[in-house]
Amino acid sequence: MGLNEINAEAVAAVVDRVINRYRRDPTCMLQILREVQEACDWVPPEAIDRMQAMLGVPRTKIEGVAGFYSFIYTEPRGRYRVLFSDNITDRMQGNRALMERLCGNLWVERGKVSEDGLVSVGKTACTGLCDQGPGMLVNNYAIGGLSLERIDEIAELIRNKVPLTDWPAAYFKIEDNIRRADILLNADFKPGEALLAARARAPSDGLNASNTRSWREGLPSGIGGPGATLDEIKRSGLRGRGGAGFTTGLKWEACRNAQLKAGHQRIVVCNADEGEPGTFKDRVLLSKCPDLVFEGMTVAAYAIGATRGFVYLRGEYRYLLDHLNAVLANRRRENLLGKDICGLPGADFDIEIHVGAGAYVCGEESALIESLEGKRGTPRNRPPFPVTNGYLDQPTIVNNVETFAAAALIALKGGEWYAGIGTKQSAGTKILSVSGDCARPGIYEYPFGVSVRQVLEDCGATDTQAVQVSGPSGICVAENEFDRVIGFEDLPTAGAFTIFNKSRDMFEVARNYVHFFQHESCGFCTPCRVGTSLLKNLMDKLHYGSGSPYDFAEIEKLNQLLQAMSHCGLGHTACNPVLDTIAKFRPAYDKRMMQQDFTPAFNLDRELSSARQMTGRDDAAAHLATEHGGQS
Amino acid sequence: MSHTFTLDGKVVPFVDGQTIIQAASAAGIFIPHLCYHPEFKPHGSCKLCTVKVNGRHTASCTMRAAPGMVVESETEEINAERRALTQMLFVEGNHFCPSCEKSGNCQLQATAYHLGMMSAHYDHFFPNRAVDASHPDFLLDFNRCILCSLCVRASRDVDGKNVFALSGRGIKTHLIVNAKSGQLADTDFTLDDKAAQVCPVGVILKKRQGFAVPIGERKYDKAPISETAETTEGR
Repeated sequence: MGLNEINAEAVAAVVDRVINRYRRDPTCMLQILREVQEACDWVPPEAIDRMQAMLGVPRTKIEGVAGFYSFIYTEPRGRYRVLFSDNITDRMQGNRALMERLCGNLWVERGKVSEDGLVSVGKTACTGLCDQGPGMLVNNYAIGGLSLERIDEIAELIRNKVPLTDWPAAYFKIEDNIRRADILLNADFKPGEALLAARARAPSDGLNASNTRSWREGLPSGIGGPGATLDEIKRSGLRGRGGAGFTTGLKWEACRNAQLKAGHQRIVVCNADEGEPGTFKDRVLLSKCPDLVFEGMTVAAYAIGATRGFVYLRGEYRYLLDHLNAVLANRRRENLLGKDICGLPGADFDIEIHVGAGAYVCGEESALIESLEGKRGTPRNRPPFPVTNGYLDQPTIVNNVETFAAAALIALKGGEWYAGIGTKQSAGTKILSVSGDCARPGIYEYPFGVSVRQVLEDCGATDTQAVQVSGPSGICVAENEFDRVIGFEDLPTAGAFTIFNKSRDMFEVARNYVHFFQHESCGFCTPCRVGTSLLKNLMDKLHYGSGSPYDFAEIEKLNQLLQAMSHCGLGHTACNPVLDTIAKFRPAYDKRMMQQDFTPAFNLDRELSSARQMTGRDDAAAHLATEHGGQS
Repeated sequence: MSHTFTLDGKVVPFVDGQTIIQAASAAGIFIPHLCYHPEFKPHGSCKLCTVKVNGRHTASCTMRAAPGMVVESETEEINAERRALTQMLFVEGNHFCPSCEKSGNCQLQATAYHLGMMSAHYDHFFPNRAVDASHPDFLLDFNRCILCSLCVRASRDVDGKNVFALSGRGIKTHLIVNAKSGQLADTDFTLDDKAAQVCPVGVILKKRQGFAVPIGERKYDKAPISETAETTEGR
């Protein structure tokens, strides 16, 4: 259905339907905006009128939220909204040429809407299809494995206004590409098993009441199933898999021990906002073993006494939503969710899925909670921390998808079993999302302690120059470091393992990452909002050949400032890719340092590019001779 | 309960719940700030008030004081960082002090003087921001907005109106007003609003009184911001 021609009544009907489904709850604002857009192709002012009336919130609040998320449009963006994934791996796979081809086919300018309002073509941050790229999103549905041929087909489908639901199903087939499975991906697991095992940890007689009480109120009884389950998690040494590596048992315990205010409950949140470029293991976990993840969340709820759960699924994984909801419905039927789970009186827990809308910063746990509350995804001031004051000020744990999957297995098989896997400081396994220059990109699950060299060998990487471990906010590892190992004691990682062979230009890799951070900065704090833009400008300046040692010093000063003054991890790590590549791949920068003395970034010829575009000229006479012959 | 911490070596008393900047103000010590205002919930976004607490950088407007904390504020390093943040705010928007009617009453300008900022240092972004002159009593010049959100908080928390909000993200974050037209004239904003009094820079301007007080006789013309801020109330 397309409602590009505004019909206020039809829009109001859509808004009413969506808002009623969300119980007229303003905390579901982002979900409401997202679903209104799915029906209307954008969020027209008439929809905001209606939301304002129905939800009783000011227009400024709705527009403030809508404006924060890349995938919510308050201006028409076409019935077909095509976004090319623009991670460095997509670039290496030739996404630029594909985008130009599609724009040419459809007679549309990049970033603009076609004159007939049919289509817009733009780019977006990594969509998590690095092992089967280049990728794109069409109306937020993922398509991988793009080729010139497929681009031509897609152009044809769009031109003929074929509804997305009638496009060939093969386009939307996303592969799991599991190349190495270990305890998680090989888990022989029957839904409910881990919960029954957790419950069985309670001494059997007379303690059911205390268990029940624990579930309801999370009282730190220290005995019975919940306490025993928490003990197993602590014994396992499990640490968060989202990158920060906080000890899961401590987080759960802090939440369990947090005082509950009247009318409050404890909350379990699964962070499936897998936005770190090059990471796609949560996509595979959710597609292959959703029951394991949901069961891990339920085990957590059991251990800490939570009654409400959320999965925050990144907007790029919208295509997984219906399947995940079906799995949840099945778990309710099987009494693995809902009331008196597994027949335990008072064991109540349910999970709802919220879908993000294109904001990397929402992977930060407090920003994620803000987004769950239907607000702009701005990281909170801390303390207080989510374990005491999280979702709607209630005690909340936020854990990564993989952490919950591991927790389910720990509940089933015990902490000691888990602690025996991996290394002393890093228990268990880690799922790596391997992509870039290798023969077999995909998902590799290893016990912690595996060396970079081993992974490279297993995935068929040759002539490797560098590996970006844990994405742009992680560490860039050079050849002489390939014996370093994956683990909290050496190379901690959220999962990305992006490989660059010796033909790649590491400066352009860093520049791509810097553009990413600039685009994803939430804009709340001055150093990150302005600093990431300044850094982007400096990298572009080097790219265009106006760089000098002065600019190097500026980059280093900016890095110090961002690390010292930024509000959250995004700002703290935004300079990492630049500093790492400067330290390890200096020649890539030296090549760019074409000036000895300070040279302005301003380039008159480049500034004339819009004039050239407007006049359709690019001949020599339409260019000024430049003093320093930089690339443009 | 009363306790103390040290700020640049001086012993500063505080009561439970006070932030570092509140305790410092009460003791008559100035910490540069822009988004902080004693009457509103702290925001912690401009980061100008960043200090080092036991060696770690933190915003003093959101960090609660604790007994025995060792806080550094007036150091060469921290002031250099604050100066850089101020320069960032200058290049991000369009701040042309000589032609701005807020000159002399502007906290951004006064803070820049206080920190010894001699130039903008970075390349200007020169963003394209329209001016909203629709309201009979007010002019909104978004060119000077530093996104401190004081007007947002004042309108929401004091006036109960939600006239202002931030929209957009990242470098595209911007102030919006509560009207479908996007025009201030179509909101219920009035001269009595608290939000009309709090803009630290020259965004929310009352019409017809821009130069009622001549340049040279304005607030920060008479004394530097460190001597005129709410800090002095404690002296």
